[in-house]
Amino acid sequence: MRKHLFIICLLSLGFKPLLAQKADQIKLKELQGILTVPKEQIQVINFWATWCAPCVKEMPLFEKLNSENKEVVVTLISMDYDLDPNPEKVNRFIARKKLQSKVLILAETDPNSWIDKIDKHWEGALPATLIVNTKTGKRKLVQKELHEGELEKFIKEVSN
Amino acid sequence: MKQILVLVCSVLLIAANPIKDRYEVGDRATDFKLKNVDGKMIALGDYKNASGYIVIFDSNTCPYSKAYNQRIIKLDEKYSNKGFPVITINANEGSGDSYENMVKISKKKSYKFPYLIDETQEVAKAYGATNTPHVFVLSKDLKVAYIGAIDDNPRNEAGVTKRYVEDAVDALMNNKSVLVAKTKAIGCGIKWKRG
Repeated sequence: MRKHLFIICLLSLGFKPLLAQKADQIKLKELQGILTVPKEQIQVINFWATWCAPCVKEMPLFEKLNSENKEVVVTLISMDYDLDPNPEKVNRFIARKKLQSKVLILAETDPNSWIDKIDKHWEGALPATLIVNTKTGKRKLVQKELHEGELEKFIKEVSN
Repeated sequence: MKQILVLVCSVLLIAANPIKDRYEVGDRATDFKLKNVDGKMIALGDYKNASGYIVIFDSNTCPYSKAYNQRIIKLDEKYSNKGFPVITINANEGSGDSYENMVKISKKKSYKFPYLIDETQEVAKAYGATNTPHVFVLSKDLKVAYIGAIDDNPRNEAGVTKRYVEDAVDALMNNKSVLVAKTKAIGCGIKWKRG
């Protein structure tokens, strides 16, 4: 029995990915870094919030992309801070949905002062997704809920 | 020859005036006629004594709309008797934003202003509304004077430092130019019909 317990302990320590991630809070500068610092992989950045029904609906598409396509980096940026600066709701959401893609919380107030700095064509509506080729600067902004197959098409568009 | 000239001119004119997909500040907005929660059709032109309009694209379900609900009621209380009526429009698709639920909310909150349904979403598209609540302040002759958020603090009304809509309406009332004529805010994207 003691042996079994020992094994269970070892297993649970070794299987860190099974524990839900906690979202780090970032500032605009760090987000701008993700959007501009040249990287090999295409950056797929989804702006979402726990209260946004269409965001929650399209999220499995990002999770699928994250697990299947290693040519891209998926980052889910929570915009919950504007209405609720407590990160608990976001972290509970991550645990409940067992999110594997990297989740970050943009911890900034007064969106009017920074929405244009993320993308001047973005109106601030959620959901929104930015697909960026940081090597060429090519980017695609999608200001609506995504459907099956669309992400792959947009990734191709900025890849070449 | 004349035909060719006409053709060339039309091509040039079309090229010089690309079709805009949304209003910008300074554009002339078109009037609309939409069904109110009381069943009556309402147009901006019905307000014969208006000096301008506060048109707000709103929603039943969006948490930002909920956060701003009391502030919209206050805007109406402050400005409708000064000639700037508040007119709210719901263009969202989905059962939560149904006409039935609009009627319920306007009764529950005792709206004294219209809450119109934009079922075809054509008005929201023409105005270029993207999120809720999204405000368009218009002058008497329907010129767009302000586009954007109500203020700079959705979470906490007491923490507001910039009252964008009030500033814009006050400027119009005093024949002054609107200093901040466009703002952006995080908000619920309008739920469009697919296709």
